[in-house]
Amino acid sequence: MSDEARDVIGDYRFGFHDPENSTIRFDKGLSEQVVRDISELKNEPEWMTDIRVKAYRHFVERKMPDWGNCHALNEINFENVTYFLRSSDATEKDWDDVPEDIKNTFDRLGIPDAEQKWLGGVTAQYESEAVYHSIREDLEAQGVLFFDMDSGLREHPEIVKKYFGTVVPHSDNKFSALNTAVWSGGSFIYVPKNVHVEMPVQAYFRINAKNMGQFERTLIIADEGSSIHYVEGCTAPTYSTDSLHSAVVELIAMKGAKIRYSTIQNWSANVFNLVTKRGVAHERATIEWVDGNIGSKLTMKYPAVLLKGEGAHAEVISVAYAGAGQHQDAGAKVHHLAPNTTSNILSKSISKNGGRSSYRGMLQVTPKADGCRSKIVCDALMLDSDSRSDTYPTMEVGNSSADLEHEASVSKVSGDQLFYLMSRGFTEEQAMGLIVNGFFEPFTRELPMEYAVELNKLLELEMEGSIG
Amino acid sequence: MVMAREILRIENLHVSVEGTPIIRGLSMTINQGEIHVIMGRNGAGKSTLANVVMGHPAYEITEGSIHYCSEPLEELSVFERARAGMFLSFQYPAVIPGVQVGTFLKKSVQSVSDEPLKGRAFRKQLNEAMASLEMEKSVLSRYVNDGFSGGEKKRLEMLQMLLLKPTLALLDETDSGLDIDALRIVAKGINQVAPDAGCLIITHYQRLLDHVKPHFVHVMIDGKIIKTGGADLALELEAKGYDWLEPTAGAEA
Repeated sequence: MSDEARDVIGDYRFGFHDPENSTIRFDKGLSEQVVRDISELKNEPEWMTDIRVKAYRHFVERKMPDWGNCHALNEINFENVTYFLRSSDATEKDWDDVPEDIKNTFDRLGIPDAEQKWLGGVTAQYESEAVYHSIREDLEAQGVLFFDMDSGLREHPEIVKKYFGTVVPHSDNKFSALNTAVWSGGSFIYVPKNVHVEMPVQAYFRINAKNMGQFERTLIIADEGSSIHYVEGCTAPTYSTDSLHSAVVELIAMKGAKIRYSTIQNWSANVFNLVTKRGVAHERATIEWVDGNIGSKLTMKYPAVLLKGEGAHAEVISVAYAGAGQHQDAGAKVHHLAPNTTSNILSKSISKNGGRSSYRGMLQVTPKADGCRSKIVCDALMLDSDSRSDTYPTMEVGNSSADLEHEASVSKVSGDQLFYLMSRGFTEEQAMGLIVNGFFEPFTRELPMEYAVELNKLLELEMEGSIG
Repeated sequence: MVMAREILRIENLHVSVEGTPIIRGLSMTINQGEIHVIMGRNGAGKSTLANVVMGHPAYEITEGSIHYCSEPLEELSVFERARAGMFLSFQYPAVIPGVQVGTFLKKSVQSVSDEPLKGRAFRKQLNEAMASLEMEKSVLSRYVNDGFSGGEKKRLEMLQMLLLKPTLALLDETDSGLDIDALRIVAKGINQVAPDAGCLIITHYQRLLDHVKPHFVHVMIDGKIIKTGGADLALELEAKGYDWLEPTAGAEA
């Protein structure tokens, strides 16, 4: 690690990186030719090249969002980003074949241990492409398709062609256009009818190269009556120039299917994390987003569900932690497009040391959607008076039969709580850590155990050295 | 005769809250194995005394001193006092949402212990303490004091006291608002800790003293101890109230 990098990283826990060993690396900057080259290098079918080029043209024309944190967004220099980087030639299936320096990185993140206990399959995203990908035999036996997205396109082009971009079209926003143009990696999952995947299926993502943009694309299709829980977590080392992470996730839950998608993002504090996540829930289907935002400089992410079939259900549970220099602009969007659809949104945010957290929500009920129910709860906890918390809820209700509840609260850690905990032997920092973990508990309890433990540790670390 | 170990020595203590004097020249000494009871009306400064001994940051000592185990207490922060063996049973214990009682107890006991906590030993200790306080196991998965009744809160305070095994136990109106059964259980907790500790019990009522035998009963009025006696004094107060002890009662009448 260079001294310069160390200066920037400080004692950031995951502030380490391995030497870049990229075999193929594009120059910085984006052009139609770069987009075509990426597609060609991957031997993609022509229709995918066309989608990429179309998306690129839209990206160029599309203006930056004029809402959210415009000031920070305008700091992004798209010319200073590398759009494609491949760190090893093939996608690996056996851990033993994974290059040593890459393994070291994962070892330090504890991934092999995690795999033994929990993994239904692993796609580890190292730089732009998956280098490690294993599928448990039981998954294969159940007929579940689980690939990194590049392989998914190669192996099952007909499924990808049918669904790619149907939930998040390239023209949705500037960053979905960018992702569609230059996407690389991500996961492709198809769960056949009536198959229940019992273990959470997981993928770790990681940025490890200076100025490396990461544009993974994930598509999960749960066929009728099936269910799956997908878990994505990521950490990234810090560099002196800003990094861009712009992913697109599309979920399709057919009749009676259930998809839960859990994320904890812990990007280092210089990463722009601009992600479009959206799912379609058909008749009686359920889509659940469990979304934790701990890291990044600026996150703008609003997991969305289109409740398209009668009786469909959406659940969005999210937490955001905004420390010094961070802005978490997160929330949820639920569109009740069919009768008797229901949704629950729980958003919890913590701001500290001048950090800013915003809840931005959209709840829509269309005129033909009779008998819909929705409950939205937003709780903010401020750890000091320098920090900021805002709520921007939008409701568009076109049907008077809708039963809607919205609760919002802002609270501070009370002196009574601190005195009580300290009288039980906890230092002020430990007491804060307990209170913060308790505040996030409704979210944490939804996570697989190891993630819950990791998140609690992370928050306790965040509280260390923070009290003056 | 061997002198009992001195646990707490308060000398000419004056305490203010936001500039208002609350305690005005209070002295007392508590030795190991002694149970002291402080009685007095609301606003006499009883809770202030418990809080200031525990180190509450809102209270300012303007004069006098507090020694704990013969060492001056001033420099110790709240958590250091806890780690040194001081315990306060709160009149109004704080709610800590989302933190399970089991996790909280384990972390708390660990924090006051010099050695790594052994899981099995801790569980055994926890089971015994809960059984003696007639507590349900389900309490462990509830959030600390969240949705607890008054009696449940006080029982949880007693459970913490048993697990933390304090050298000095301060009990601030632990008996208030309890039914007979809960009162009996709280008393059981106190009696378990008392022989090895110094105990300071703040109460309004004599009824706790049917179950806990104090060595000293002090009457506090206007931030001072104006009378000290044995267990009988509590009975007398119950019968006669505090008016007869008012130093200015005669003068103002």
